[in-house]
Amino acid sequence: MAPAESILEVRDLVKHFPLTQGIVFKRQIGAIKAVDGVSFDLRRGETLGVVGESGCGKSTLAKVMMALERPTSGSVKVNGRDITKAKGAELKHMRRNIQMVMQDPYTSLNPRMTVGDIVGEPFEIHSEVLPKGGRRKRVQELLDVVGLNPDHINRYPHQFSGGQRQRIGIARGLALQPEVIICDEPVSALDVSIQAQVMNLLDRLQKEFNLAYIFIAHDLSVVRHISDRVAVMYLGKIVELGGDSQIYDRPSHPYTQALLSAVPVPNPEGREARERIILQGDPPSPANPPSGCRFRTRCWKAQDICAKEEPLLQIRPGTDHLSACHFAEALDVVHVQS
Amino acid sequence: MVEVLSGPTGRGSYSGALLEVENLQVEFHTRQGVAKAVNGVTYSVNPGETLAVLGESGSGKSVTAQTIMGILDMPPGRVAGGAIRFRGVDILKLPEEQRRRIRGEGISMVFQDALSALNPVFPVGWQIAEMFRIHRGSSRSDAKKKAVELMDRVRIPGARDRVNDFPHQFSGGMRQRIMIAMAIALDPEILIADEPTTALDVTVQAQIMGLLADLQRDSNMGLILITHDLGVVADVADKIAVMYGGRIVETAPVHDLYRNPAHPYTKGLLESIPRVDLKGQELYAIKGMPPNLLEMPSGCAFHPRCPYRREDCATAVPPLYPISGTRGSACHYWREVVDGSR
Ligand SMILES: Nc1ncnc2c1ncn2[C@@H]1O[C@H](COP(=O)(O)OP(=O)(O)OP(=O)(O)O)[C@@H](O)[C@H]1O
Ligand SMILES: Nc1ncnc2c1ncn2[C@@H]1O[C@H](COP(=O)(O)OP(=O)(O)OP(=O)(O)O)[C@@H](O)[C@H]1O
Ligand code: SF4
Ligand SMILES: [Mg+2]
Ligand SMILES: [Mg+2]
Repeated sequence: MAPAESILEVRDLVKHFPLTQGIVFKRQIGAIKAVDGVSFDLRRGETLGVVGESGCGKSTLAKVMMALERPTSGSVKVNGRDITKAKGAELKHMRRNIQMVMQDPYTSLNPRMTVGDIVGEPFEIHSEVLPKGGRRKRVQELLDVVGLNPDHINRYPHQFSGGQRQRIGIARGLALQPEVIICDEPVSALDVSIQAQVMNLLDRLQKEFNLAYIFIAHDLSVVRHISDRVAVMYLGKIVELGGDSQIYDRPSHPYTQALLSAVPVPNPEGREARERIILQGDPPSPANPPSGCRFRTRCWKAQDICAKEEPLLQIRPGTDHLSACHFAEALDVVHVQS
Repeated sequence: MVEVLSGPTGRGSYSGALLEVENLQVEFHTRQGVAKAVNGVTYSVNPGETLAVLGESGSGKSVTAQTIMGILDMPPGRVAGGAIRFRGVDILKLPEEQRRRIRGEGISMVFQDALSALNPVFPVGWQIAEMFRIHRGSSRSDAKKKAVELMDRVRIPGARDRVNDFPHQFSGGMRQRIMIAMAIALDPEILIADEPTTALDVTVQAQIMGLLADLQRDSNMGLILITHDLGVVADVADKIAVMYGGRIVETAPVHDLYRNPAHPYTKGLLESIPRVDLKGQELYAIKGMPPNLLEMPSGCAFHPRCPYRREDCATAVPPLYPISGTRGSACHYWREVVDGSR
C-alpha cells in the first residue's frame, strides 16, 4: 500500500502550562509539560489511535491541533498550512476542515439548544458554507446519516440517551464536511452495548466521506479495532508509534508492553497462567519529568544511560517501527489466541 | 438468632451461603412516578468467593449494594420486598442499631465514587484511624498505629511518613487504595467493591485488582465486585450475576458464562467486544437503547432489543429458569441461546 498523502503534519509540538504561585502577585514557579515534543503525520482517510495514561497529554494535544490552545512551540500543518500561526479569517477557514467529538455526551451539548440548533450551529459560524434556506434540510440529512430520526430536530439533548447524544455530537462534527475529526474518548462514557453502535457509525462515516480520525481512548481493544496506526504517549511524549499489529503484537517499548499486559482479557480460559507486568508506583508529575527517558523511574530495564540520554523516537535494531527506548526489543506480551 | 451476629465468635454458625439476596425489590418514589430500580434480584456469596455483578448503567447494581449495606436513600427509596440474609439472618428485619454493627465488621463497601469520598480537610491516616476509634474504641496512638499498618497492607509506599498527608497529596490510585484500607479495616467477612477501578488507568487497575485478590486470599473474604468491564470479570470472578433493567437475567460460573452464555443480553455483550480476528469488520452491536425505568417494557425487559424474541416475550415475564444447579437464565428461549441458533 503506497502511503497516502499527509493531511496533518505535527512537528515538535510543545505545550507548557505555567505553574504559578501566589494569589495577588502570581509568579511563575515552573511549567506543566503537558505536551513536550510530539511529531507525527496523519494521512488522508486513516485512523491514528492515541493511547496513554490519564494526564499524559492526549486532550491537550487534541486542543492544540484544533487551535483551541496556542502551542508553546512547534507546528501543526493542515494541508500544508500551519494552523497554530493562522489568525482571523484564515484560522476560521482552516477550522472548517478539522472538527472534534468530545468525551462526555452528557455535558458537551448545550442543554438549552435544540438538536437542530446544535447540529446547525457550524453553519451559523461559517455562514458562507450554506445559505440559510438550505440549513434545516441539511441538518435533517445529517441526523439521518448518524442514525437519528430527522423528525426529532426540535428536541432537546436531555430527551436523548447517551449514545444518541454522542451521535448528535458526531452529526455536528460532520456538518462542515471536514477532512479530519479528532475523537477524544468518544465512547468511554457509553454502555458496552452502545459503544459498538457508535464505533460502527464512525467506521461507516470514515469510508463514506474518506475522513481521517485521531482517535483518543483508554480502551486498548477499542483503539485496536478502529486504528490503522497507534501512538503511545507517556508524560507528554510519544514513546512508540507504529501500525496496529506492530504495536499490539510486537510492542518494543517497556511502557507499551506494561500497558498491554495490564489490559484484562475478556476470556477466563487460562487466566491463572497469564503473565502480567505490574508497574510499580505512579507516573511522575509532568511539572518535573525525570531526566533522560521519562519512563525510567518505573522501568525494569533502566540502565545508567537512561537517566543521562533521552531516547529519541526512531526505528531501532530490535524493532520495525518507531520506539523511544534505548533497549527497544519486540516482545509479544499479549499472546492473542484467535 | 441474635447471638449469630454477636461479633467474630459467631462466625461459622449458620448453614447456607454467607450472604444471600433473595428476590429483592427496591423502588424509588419520584415526581414522575414509581421507578422499580431493583425488581427481583437474587444472588449469593460464600467466604473466599468472588461474585461479579455485571450490567449496564442504571440496571440496579449499586442500589442493590446500597440496600445490602443499609445505606439506601429512604425516602425516596423503599424496599418493597425480598430478603437479605447474612449468616442466615434477614438483616432487613433487624433494628438499625444491629445493622450498624454489621456495617464495617460484617459487610463493608468501597464506593463507586470513592475518589471523592475522602474528606479533603482531614489527613488520610486520621480518617482510617477513626474507624478503629469509633468501632473498636481504640486509643488515639493505637488507632494511628493500626492506620499505618493498614496503609502498608494496601501498599502505600512509606506509609509511616505519609500518614499525616491529606487526600489531595495522593494520586487517584493511592486514594483508591486508602478507600480499600478503610473498607477492610475491621476485617469484614464480605467486601462489596462498586466499580473500584473504573476511574483508574489500566496499569493502576491491575495493581488494585491484584491487591484485592491478595487481601481476599489472606482473610478468606467474600467479594462482590460490581463492574461493567468484561475483561476484569473474566480475570477475577468465580461466578457472575448479569443484571438488566433491575433484574438478574443470568447467573453462571465464570467459565460457563464466557463459553456459552444463556441469555441473549449476555450473549450480545460478549459478541460486541472488539476482537483482533474481526478487525476491519463491523462490530456486532445490540440494537436499540437500555430501558427507561419509568417505562419498563412489558414482559421481558430485553424484548425490544432481542434477536430471539417471540410473541410471548412481550407479555410473559421470564422467571430465572434453572439450567443446572449453578446456572440460571431469565429467558423463555434460553435453550436456543445456549444452542447458538438465532
Ligand atoms: N489548562 C490547563 N492548565 C494547567 N494544566 C493543564 C491544563 N490542561 C491540562 N493540564 C495538565 O496537563 C497534563 C495533561 O492533561 P491532559 O488533559 O492533556 O491529559 P489526558 O492525557 O487527556 O488525560 P485523561 O486521560 O485523564 O483525559 C495534566 O497534568 C493536566 O493536569
Ligand atoms: N436516590 C435515588 N433516587 C431516585 N432514583 C435513583 C436513586 N438512586 C438510584 N436511582 C435510580 O435507580 C436506578 C438504578 O441505579 P443504580 O445506581 O443501581 O445503577 P447501576 O447499575 O449501579 O448503574 P451504573 O453502572 O451507572 O453505576 C437508576 O435508574 C437510578 O437513576
Ligand atoms: S425472554 Fe424473549 S425477549 Fe427476553 S431475552 Fe429471551 S428471547 Fe429475548
Ligand atoms: Mg483527556
Ligand atoms: Mg453503580
